Amino acid sequence: MIEYKNVTKTYGANIGLDDVSISIDKGDFVFLVGPSGAGKSTFVKLMLKEIEADSGSIVFDGTEITKMSNREIPRLRRNIGIVFQDFRLLPRKTVYENVAFAMEIIHVSQRFIRKQTPQALSLVGISAKAGKYPHELSAGEQQRVAIARAIVNNPMVLIADEPTGNLDPDTAWEIMELLEHINTRGATVVMVTHAKDIVNRMGKRVIAIKDGRVTRDERKGAYRPDEDEAGAAGALDGGLPVL
Amino acid sequence: MIYSIKQAFKQFFRNGAMSTASVLSITAILLILGLFFLLIVNVSNIAARVENDFDSIQVYLLDEADEAAADYIMGAIKAMPEVQEVEFLPREQAMEDLKAKFGDKAYLLELRQDNPLPNSIMIRVGLIEDADKVVEYVRAFEGIEGINYYKETVERLIKLNRFIQYAGLMVIFTLVIISVIVVSNTIKLMVLAREREIGIMKYVGATNWFIRGPFLVEGILIGLISAGVSVGIVAFIYYKIEEVLGTDLLVMLSSGLVSHRFMIENLAAIFAALGVSIGACGSIISMRRFLDT
Repeated sequence: MIEYKNVTKTYGANIGLDDVSISIDKGDFVFLVGPSGAGKSTFVKLMLKEIEADSGSIVFDGTEITKMSNREIPRLRRNIGIVFQDFRLLPRKTVYENVAFAMEIIHVSQRFIRKQTPQALSLVGISAKAGKYPHELSAGEQQRVAIARAIVNNPMVLIADEPTGNLDPDTAWEIMELLEHINTRGATVVMVTHAKDIVNRMGKRVIAIKDGRVTRDERKGAYRPDEDEAGAAGALDGGLPVL
Repeated sequence: MIYSIKQAFKQFFRNGAMSTASVLSITAILLILGLFFLLIVNVSNIAARVENDFDSIQVYLLDEADEAAADYIMGAIKAMPEVQEVEFLPREQAMEDLKAKFGDKAYLLELRQDNPLPNSIMIRVGLIEDADKVVEYVRAFEGIEGINYYKETVERLIKLNRFIQYAGLMVIFTLVIISVIVVSNTIKLMVLAREREIGIMKYVGATNWFIRGPFLVEGILIGLISAGVSVGIVAFIYYKIEEVLGTDLLVMLSSGLVSHRFMIENLAAIFAALGVSIGACGSIISMRRFLDT
């Protein structure tokens, strides 16, 4: 599904990713962990083709996106749902409109939008608040809306960039259950996180990145003590949006 | 498409102050442009008429030349391909014309009992450049007292007219560029206000044209409204000018203004096209920076 081969990306003297090879299969649930500035966001930005790799190749669903033209970026992104730490909902649109908006953008019929949007809202359990504006919702509810928006177009991959960073532990756990549910419905989920207890409790695949290199890639992994410290540091500046 | 138009109208009214400001600036620019347009068209028109009045060659005949001689000369001149029109002007008629020109002061001419004016032949050439050749040819005939023509005056007039047209075009061109900058700044501010939204749109997979659409329509809307308002104002001004000048001054110039209907119709078409292109260029220019991925 997603295949990074010897990908290197530098920002001047700073290293983003250094000769990284990662393969993520369809239906995987992957935690991407590591200290801030380790290269997690570079990994995500490369997948969205927000930045270009210096060398190496990235293949997404059979297409080599490192060779893709800029015109094709929107099509690529329609196959990738994204959830951010800070939700990024449109403040002047209602919950319903925020989700429908993701569909309007890709020119699907109004009829399909009217059918699909309530389904996505009910999947994330926010149907009752469809007419509310983002500022009237709690943080956890806003994140649910963001997830509904990310999945409404049935993307192959859902990227969650610190989705629980702004949530209290209980709410964070609800969001994790939701992501797991979405994963069981078939979407590949890549979650960038610092939340140690969540990673440990989920027991999913863990890819640790440090200084631009993959230091660990385990099925049913956990956060390690040496990564824990960095994680705590990351949690403090967790307010920075990674993208 | 429908989405773009809907969004554009929403944005336009939501940012009412900004939209009004840019509509006003562009209206002001188009207004100046419109007045220049009026000036250029009318100067050209007057120049064309004056040129028409003065591009004739007047050949004065000696008193002893009789009608047969005059007929003979006229026939020969008529045969020249450069000549468009030949007309015999008897001295009595010449006097009448002169009196008409003097108007109130015609009595001055009555002071002389006799008519000092000679018979003459009026020649009209197709092209002013051919006047020299015709004059040269006519000079060879007998019975001619003198030849009078205003080649230099007419040529100078043509030059002046051309200069005004070029200068006008330069001014118009500059003003158009200024309006494009004004629109692009307005749109840029609106884009800045919605930068976050645009970022989200891009993450969700919106194409650049989808994002650009509403802003493009909005720019065109601003251009069109400005065009409409300024055509209205220019039309009003033109009516007023016609009203004020209509009676005396225009008679003196022996040439009326170009009809307001012709003017306004053309101006409306030009401004509509201009408004659309100013708006479209402005918004595309202002969005370039935000859309290069």
